[in-house]
Amino acid sequence: MSAGHLPILQVAIPLIAAPLCVLLRRPGLAWAFTTLVSWALFAISILLLIRVLADGTISYHLGGWAPPFGIEYRLDAVNSFVLLVITGIAAVVTPYARQSVAQEIAAPRHNLFYALYLLALTGLLGITATGDAFNIYVFMEISSLASYVLIALGPSRRARAAAFQYLIMGTIGATFLLIGIGLLYMMTGTLNLADLSVRIHEVPDMRPIYAAFAFVTIGVLIKLALFPLHIWLPNAYTYAPTAVSAFLAASATKVGAYVLLRFVFTLFGQEFSFERMPLMEILMPLSLVAILVGSGVAIFQTNLKRLFAYSSIAQIGYLALGISFASTSGLTGAIVHIFNHAMMKGGIFLALGCIMLRTGSVELSALNGLGRRMPFTMAALVIGGLGLVGVPVTSGFVSKWYLVQAALEADLWPVALLILLGSLLALIYVGRVIEAAYFRTPAPEAPAYREAPWQMLLPTWILIAASLYFGVHTEITVGVAERAAATLLGGAS
Amino acid sequence: MSDFLVLRVIAKLLIPFILLFGFYVQMHGDYGPGGGFQAGVIVAAAFVLYAIVFDVKTARRVAPMAALVSLACLGVLLYAGVGVANLIYGGRFLEYGALAHDPAHGNHIGILIIEIGVGIAVAAVMMIIFFSFARRR
Repeated sequence: MSAGHLPILQVAIPLIAAPLCVLLRRPGLAWAFTTLVSWALFAISILLLIRVLADGTISYHLGGWAPPFGIEYRLDAVNSFVLLVITGIAAVVTPYARQSVAQEIAAPRHNLFYALYLLALTGLLGITATGDAFNIYVFMEISSLASYVLIALGPSRRARAAAFQYLIMGTIGATFLLIGIGLLYMMTGTLNLADLSVRIHEVPDMRPIYAAFAFVTIGVLIKLALFPLHIWLPNAYTYAPTAVSAFLAASATKVGAYVLLRFVFTLFGQEFSFERMPLMEILMPLSLVAILVGSGVAIFQTNLKRLFAYSSIAQIGYLALGISFASTSGLTGAIVHIFNHAMMKGGIFLALGCIMLRTGSVELSALNGLGRRMPFTMAALVIGGLGLVGVPVTSGFVSKWYLVQAALEADLWPVALLILLGSLLALIYVGRVIEAAYFRTPAPEAPAYREAPWQMLLPTWILIAASLYFGVHTEITVGVAERAAATLLGGAS
Repeated sequence: MSDFLVLRVIAKLLIPFILLFGFYVQMHGDYGPGGGFQAGVIVAAAFVLYAIVFDVKTARRVAPMAALVSLACLGVLLYAGVGVANLIYGGRFLEYGALAHDPAHGNHIGILIIEIGVGIAVAAVMMIIFFSFARRR
C-alpha cells in the first residue's frame, strides 16, 4: 500500500474500526482502540494537507473506475483543510471522552457509543473527502443517523426528544439535498462535482437547475443550522453527552459550511449563485440575524450547554456571513473561522464536561465560586469565551478581522458595525460566566469540588492553547484559508 | 399459537425452503435478480416466521442477540475487508480485479464475497430489529 491510498484510508479506517469496536465489548478496550484510530486519522489528514499544498489537487478513483462514471475522492486546499479540522478535533475529544462517557452512559453501551462515534466521524470525513454529489448525500445520512443516536444516548430523558427533533429536521434537510441532487442528475446526467460544474452551464432549460439550487441550499442550511433553520441545534447540544456536544459543535456544523461552500462555489459557480440567484441578498440578512439573535438569546440562558449552543448559532452566522460576501477576504474569514471556531467551541464544551464531571450540573448557578475550586477548567472556559467575543490575541479576533475587512471592502459599513455589535453581545454572555465563576461566593452547603482529572484537562487545554497559538501565529491557518478561498473563487480546480 | 395446527405444519414445511431460497438468491445475485440484501431479508424472514408461529424464546435461543450483533459486524467487516484486500494486492479500494490474476475472475470473487458480507449483515440486523421489538410486552 502506497501513500496514494491515503484519501480512501481517511474514510475507510473509521468505517472498518466501527464494527471492530462493537466486537471489542470491553469499554476500556473500545476507548483505547478509538483513540488510536482517531490519532491515525489525524496523521493521515496532516500528510494529505501537506501533499495537497505541495502538489495540488489529489484525485482518487474508487474501484479503479475513472470519473465521471466512478466515484472520485477529490482533495484540494479547501477540503483537506476541513479534514484536518475534523480529525484534529476527534484526536483531542476521543482521549477526553473516557471519563465523561463513563459518567454519563451505562457501561454495557460504551462499545456501541464508540462505534457510533466512529461512524459519525466516517460520515463527516466522507462528506468532506468525496467529489461525488450522491456520495455526499450518503455520507451525510451516515453521519446524521449516527449523530441522532449519539444525542439520544444523553443522560436525561429529554435527550430522546432532542434527538427526535433533530431526526425530523435532519431528514427534511437530507431529503431536500437529495431532491436537489436528483434534479441536477436529471438535467446533466452526471453526479461528479467537477463534471457537474461544467455541464450545468450547458443545460438548455435552466429552471430545474434553479429549483435544484434552492433545494440544495436549504437542505444544507438546515444541516448548518443557520437561523431560522436552527431550532434543532440548542436542544441537541444541550442534552447530548458532553463529549458528543463537543465533537458535534466543533465538527458537524463545520462540515455543513464546507458543503455549502462546495455547492455554491465549485458546483454552481460564483457567477450563478450570486448574480443569477440572489444568494447574497438571502444569506447576508439571515446570518446577521443569526449573529444578533443567537448572541441575544444566549445572554438569557441559565444552562451553560444551551448558552454556548446559542452562541454556536451566532458563530454559524459569522461563517455564513463570510460566505455571503463571495470575496477573497470574506471566504478567508469564513474558512479560517471554521478552524478557529472548532478550536474555541470544542475547548469550551470540553471545559463544560469537566464541570459536569465534578459538579454534576452545567447550570450557571453551579459555577458560583468555581474559579477558585477548579482554576484550570474555569480559565479554559474564560479564554475560550473571550475567543468567541473576538478579543485580540485569541483566534476569534483573526476571523472577525477578516470579516470586518470583507464588509468594508464591499462598502457595507453597517454590516461591519453589526459584526462588532455581535461581539459586544458575546461579551455580555461570557461576562455572566466570568461573574459567576470569579465574583460570586459558592453556596455554603456546596461541597468543595476538586479540579478535573488531567486526562480531561489536557485535551481541553490543547484546544484552548491552539486557539491562542493560532490567534498570534496566523501564517498557517490564514495561509491555507487564503489558498482555499482562491481555489473556490477560481472555479472548479 | 399452539392451536393453529395448519399454520404450524405449513410453517415447519416452508421454513427450510425459505432458507434454501435465501441462499439461492444470495449466490445467484451476480447472474440474475437478487443479491445480498434480498437474501439477508429472506433468511431473516424464516427466523421471524418461526418466532411468530412457534415461540420467540426458542428463536432467540437459536439466534442469541450477542451472536447477531457479532454477525452484523462481521458482515460489514467482510465487505470492508475486501476493499482493503484490494489495496494490499495492489489495486484501488474495492477494485476487485486485483484479487485474481485474471481481472474478470477477480471481479467475480470480489462481488461474491461482498454480497455474502451484505447478506450476513442484513439478515443479522433484520433479526435484531425484530427481536428488539418482540421482546417488549
